[in-house]
Amino acid sequence: MAAHLKKRVYEEFTKVVQQQHEDLSAKKLRLTKPSKSAALHVDLCKATSPADALQYLLQFARKPVEVESVEGVVRILLEHYYKENDASVRLKIASLLGLLSKTPGFSPDCIMDDAINTLQNEKSHQVLAQLLDTLLVIGTKLTENPSVRMRLVEVACKHLTDSSHGVRNKCLQLIGCLGPVEKGVAKEAESQAAKDVQKIIGDHFNDQDPRVRTAAIKAMLQLHERGLKLQQAIYGQACKLLADDYEQVRSAAVQLIWVLSQLYPESIVPIPSSNEEIRLVDDAFGKICHMVSDGSWVVRVQAAKLLGSMQQVSSHFLEQTLDKKLMSDLRRKRTAHERAKELYSSGEFSSGRKWGDDAPKEEIDTGAVNLIESGACGAFVHGLEDEMYEVRIAAVEALCMLAQSSPSFAEKCLDFLVDMFNDEIEEVRLQSIHTMRKISNNITLREDQLDTVLAVLEDSSRDIREALHELLCCTNVSTKEGIHLALVELLKNLTKYPTDRESIWKCLKFLGSRHPTLVLPLVPELLSTHPFFDTPEPDMDDPAYIAVLVLIFNAAKSCPTMPALFSDHTFRHYAYLRDSLSHLVPPLRLPGRKLVSSPVSPSITPHEDPSQQFLHQSLERVYNLQHLDPQGIQELLEFTIRDLQRLGELQSELAGMADFTATYLQCQLLLIKALQEKLWNVAAPLYLKQNALASAAAKQILEETYKMEFMYSGVESRQVVIIHHMRLQAKALQLIVTARTTRGVEPLFGMCEKFLQEVDSFQRCFISELPQMQGSFVDKLLDLMPRLVTSKPSEVVKILQTTLRQSTFLHLPLPEQLHRASANIIEPTGESDNPLRFTSGLVVALDVDATLEHVQDPQGTVKVQVLYPDGQAQLIHPKPADFRNPGPGRHRLITQVYLSHTAWTDI
Amino acid sequence: MPLALLVICLTFTTSSPPGPALTARVPASLGGAGQDVGRSCILVSIAGKNVMLDCGMHMGYNDDRRFPDFSYITQNGRLTDFLDCVIISHFHLDHCGALPYFSEMVGYDGPIYMTHPTKAICPILLEDYRKITVDKKGETNFFTSQMIKDCMKKVVAVHLHQTVQVDEELEIKAYYAGHVLGAAMFQIKVGCESVVYTGDYNMTPDRHLGAAWIDKCRPDLLITESTYATTIRDSKRCRERDFLKKVHETVERGGKVLIPVFALGRAQELCILLETFWERMNLKAPIYFSTGLTEKANHYYKLFITWTNQKIRKTFVQRNMFEFKHIKAFDRAFADNPGPMVVFATPGMLHAGQSLQIFRKWAGNEKNMVIMPGYCVQGTVGHKILSGQRKLEMEGRQILEVKMQVEYMSFSAHADAKGIMQLIRQAEPRNVLLVHGEAKKMEFLKQKIEQEFHVNCYMPANGETTTIFTNPSIPVDISLGLLKRETAIDAKKPKLMHGTLIMKDNSFRLVSPEQALKELGLAEHQLRFTCRVHIQDPRKEHETVLRVYNHLKGVLKDYSVQHLPDGSITVESILIQATAHLEDQGTKVLLVSWTYQDEELGSYLTSLLKKGLPQSTS
Repeated sequence: MAAHLKKRVYEEFTKVVQQQHEDLSAKKLRLTKPSKSAALHVDLCKATSPADALQYLLQFARKPVEVESVEGVVRILLEHYYKENDASVRLKIASLLGLLSKTPGFSPDCIMDDAINTLQNEKSHQVLAQLLDTLLVIGTKLTENPSVRMRLVEVACKHLTDSSHGVRNKCLQLIGCLGPVEKGVAKEAESQAAKDVQKIIGDHFNDQDPRVRTAAIKAMLQLHERGLKLQQAIYGQACKLLADDYEQVRSAAVQLIWVLSQLYPESIVPIPSSNEEIRLVDDAFGKICHMVSDGSWVVRVQAAKLLGSMQQVSSHFLEQTLDKKLMSDLRRKRTAHERAKELYSSGEFSSGRKWGDDAPKEEIDTGAVNLIESGACGAFVHGLEDEMYEVRIAAVEALCMLAQSSPSFAEKCLDFLVDMFNDEIEEVRLQSIHTMRKISNNITLREDQLDTVLAVLEDSSRDIREALHELLCCTNVSTKEGIHLALVELLKNLTKYPTDRESIWKCLKFLGSRHPTLVLPLVPELLSTHPFFDTPEPDMDDPAYIAVLVLIFNAAKSCPTMPALFSDHTFRHYAYLRDSLSHLVPPLRLPGRKLVSSPVSPSITPHEDPSQQFLHQSLERVYNLQHLDPQGIQELLEFTIRDLQRLGELQSELAGMADFTATYLQCQLLLIKALQEKLWNVAAPLYLKQNALASAAAKQILEETYKMEFMYSGVESRQVVIIHHMRLQAKALQLIVTARTTRGVEPLFGMCEKFLQEVDSFQRCFISELPQMQGSFVDKLLDLMPRLVTSKPSEVVKILQTTLRQSTFLHLPLPEQLHRASANIIEPTGESDNPLRFTSGLVVALDVDATLEHVQDPQGTVKVQVLYPDGQAQLIHPKPADFRNPGPGRHRLITQVYLSHTAWTDI
Repeated sequence: MPLALLVICLTFTTSSPPGPALTARVPASLGGAGQDVGRSCILVSIAGKNVMLDCGMHMGYNDDRRFPDFSYITQNGRLTDFLDCVIISHFHLDHCGALPYFSEMVGYDGPIYMTHPTKAICPILLEDYRKITVDKKGETNFFTSQMIKDCMKKVVAVHLHQTVQVDEELEIKAYYAGHVLGAAMFQIKVGCESVVYTGDYNMTPDRHLGAAWIDKCRPDLLITESTYATTIRDSKRCRERDFLKKVHETVERGGKVLIPVFALGRAQELCILLETFWERMNLKAPIYFSTGLTEKANHYYKLFITWTNQKIRKTFVQRNMFEFKHIKAFDRAFADNPGPMVVFATPGMLHAGQSLQIFRKWAGNEKNMVIMPGYCVQGTVGHKILSGQRKLEMEGRQILEVKMQVEYMSFSAHADAKGIMQLIRQAEPRNVLLVHGEAKKMEFLKQKIEQEFHVNCYMPANGETTTIFTNPSIPVDISLGLLKRETAIDAKKPKLMHGTLIMKDNSFRLVSPEQALKELGLAEHQLRFTCRVHIQDPRKEHETVLRVYNHLKGVLKDYSVQHLPDGSITVESILIQATAHLEDQGTKVLLVSWTYQDEELGSYLTSLLKKGLPQSTS
């Protein structure tokens, strides 16, 4: 073998190599693909200095190695490893070994022994650490083999006493990743080392090097992740680590404590320096709370985040987190929150602050004051006031999670969340608004809190305002003044930011339907009706007036006495709004107004929407009547299309469905028109007009079918097949028209060929759907296929023409959900009075704000097109981060496009 | 009577060591800011180095008492010879006001350390103060502009967390303190002894500055301010919200808002607060700031972005928050403009100047509002209106009726009791010393600190000296050979180490006995202990030996016990031999012999053998 190899190498390389190779002959080498490894070998031998060798290795590392040659390369590397005196080269070799072991398809068990052997004689700590890293890679590739893992763990345990932190670090990492997880295995294994990985790792919690301590905790966490149940005994150790000098240790220790608290929530631990005992989860909660005021912000973030997921904690401890006793000169002082609450409950309105309004009242016993709490006290108070916004966000998130699981806590944390609405960083404000929305089921806002919440409505950030609208949608308000206040503030918002219209209306809709009894006493005032005098009729197009009406009508839905307070024009406006904004105005049962309430006929089952029914009925009608004379069909189609389009405008939920079918029917109509017999029979000179009509129709159908395929979300394969079929028909039509206009056969050959190919591919793609297409164009065409392939173009055209005319009209089955993808550019608005001016050659940024409805994968599919006045167009791909996802099926694109243009004139 | 100077001095006197550990005595004496707020000047003596912390003045006096009595420090020597350096924590005059007097008039030429922003802003304030006292009040015998300039030439600026070597032994390091722009806490370190001086600091972040932070530096002494020793404050957010709401409401109904402020510090915070609020809410009403001193200072705020809080630091690339968009310079004529506006005017207590003028103009209208953001001294207009007086008598017997709303908001940037405790927890000092506070309040905090942290806490009065004892660790050089030899066996177990300590030329060295002998030119003597133990055992000698051997082997599991062919036993290097007693064959004599080095094991072994052998089972 070796001789053979030598020969191969000799053949390939220069003489210099031969001489260097002499002494190698004794070594036994197994090379499966010598070229690569040999090249490396030669390079390494050529290297005169360690620096050279390092260079070669670096170059080698850049190229991938095929699976087959990995082993050979590894052998070569190992050989050089033994000979190499320079630690840095050995280090690189060791890292290469790890890299090579990662090669997919390569099983590294064959090199494991060698790697372990190299460990024995290695002196350099860095190389040792790297070798252990390599072993870790090997071990992770061979996780199914318990004996291998056992061996590696043993090796790692042996090196745990190394004096270098790097080596100990890697050993712990290795034990964490490969240590036995199942109890059974541990017992079987006789070996000393593997008997209790937890104990081994636990011993290193007190290592002198902080990096090793961190690694030990991480290894422990790794074991936990791999499914080992950690022992409760390490809880005490972990608690001690919380006071470590190094932040990464503390950060990891917090995690470990959290893990333990989730594992043993109910066990009892003693409180040091007293006889009492508490649940472990409570104790851990207290300890993690303490870490919220740690010196390092990394630890603070970590602690604040973890608090949120400790839902088993007792409510007593939970409520302490919001506790902060104020004092001034040793006298108890009430917090602003308490004062606000008292003011509210005493029914007194704010008299404005006096000097000393917050004057401290009772004296405090100096002994009873706890300045630094060991437990959970005030953890969130600290977290929410932290200097780093990362900590504040984490604290808000944690508050949210805890409040969701505890209604009483939700009530208590409200004041703090409301405070966060005034944070200086927008993300924090947004986060706290979202949080509030999530817990809004559990809470009722007091008037003073509502006041603060509503003040944020004037924020100039649209995100904040919209989040707040959504919050108001699901808030409970306690008084009628509250509702009035909310309405007034929302109207103020509307005048200041008219673009918020839709969002505000929607918000008022929910506000109305949630609080009908609170709205009732406000109705006369809101509608400005007067018992004796007729008041002027408000402007129906005023968004503010619509907003008020939306609130009232939604409240009236569950409050039958309310319509009695309406004046005449209100009823008229109701009818109008019910029609134009049907998604915002619910159906009302109005006494003595049969006309209005009539559409809501009691015979219809509630879930069967009349418009849905209408849609189906009209489609039924179309599909049934296909043997009428063409004229009749055309008329029916035209009417149905008109109906559907109208329906789409009225019922936004059905718009997608209606548009989709209308488009399909439109295509069908065009096809029928184009194929009208009498036009085709006219004499040749009149072809011209007919041709123009038919080719235009074909073109339009093509366009529409593409729209149908790509512009709707929820289109299923059943629909796709029909759309493709329609497209095929259009292409046939195109072919016929071209055949009739072009003189000469040559170009037709190509076109026929192409068309037949398309038919073929259609058949291939939709073979499963073909049985459902009895009597359709393609069905007939496929029957005639053998004939078509052999016949001349003119024949083909003739056949096509007849099949096209004879084929039946396919039903378009409707999917469950169908929505039309749409984009609405909110900014820049079309007709701006001030045109955008910029210096030629320089760049100007234009803010673009658009809503996208039902667009799948907008990050990949949506582009912004800029049309310059000279007709130039530029496509811009927005950054993925510019898309926000406020709700299912909805996206918001807020981006900046950069415009630039060279000087140009119209002339 | 001159103001007493409060001096802490920490001097380390090495007493003769009674035991193996050296005990250092730290007599500390202090002078200048004890149980009092108003001026800070502390003298620390640490390991023979003298450092002066802050050089403040008292604003309440107009005579000699306003400056500390520096003659107290040296009696009659030169200050430069006595002091190694002066450290100024921040630019407030009660911390730096006496600096030109001290360096130029009394005479000090050593280094003065302060942070970069303090160095920039300090001379502006000093100059302003000088103008008021000399030009307006017409005082003489005061420092001149030139003196301020000369004094500032002696200043060495330091960066945060930069370790500055004052001389070979003394080093100082600055930490962020919040409070005002450029405020710092200083760690002063000599050898392994250290003191941290906090100056004024704030543990809760505000709109323009972050929170104070220190690492776990475990100083021997932490000197902390204690202005709010007995107060725990409410969340800053509530106050800010109230403030903004008040301003917003007044502006909305067309009223004018007057905010009297002092030029530096809180003024900038409130500006940022209003500026961001205006930005957020898209408000249009103008905000004015009375000009002068502030403009210059604002310039520095723009410059020292790294000293501000996270928000300002993160956003300054887009826009420097101190480049106010909505806040413009105030002109006297603007006060009569119609429509809403917000005006920041100096001084803060409405006792004179522009703020008072504007107040008089606007007081009559109930739509207007005045917001006092800070404390007002008794007797000022500010204090009167805050205590509810509605009719004010102005000069010339004029009666001014106050119809405008009067609000009070406290925006203070000192750490409260909780904050102080938090800092102590962070730094983990061995002793705490409270300054810059009232005695009664400090008493409470002192008790709390002692109770929570179990450390000694001091609160010296002005002129009082506090001495603190420390346990300094003494560095000893050890020869590598000895260290390797002694730790070779098992590094993990605590182990007694044998060596010779040589104290020579102010240095300590631990060397192996052989080397010590060589260096000292002495011959080595061996000391051997021998002990005879009598055991009642009728059996033969070798049987006895075997029994002893088995017994020792059973008891001393960790040691190597060997039975030698010549009938003796060795435990490590200890030799045991047994002979029959000459007279009584039933008694065996065990000869135990060990060297001085094995004294511990040897004596243990003898006592073990003296207890006798266990009754053998065989």
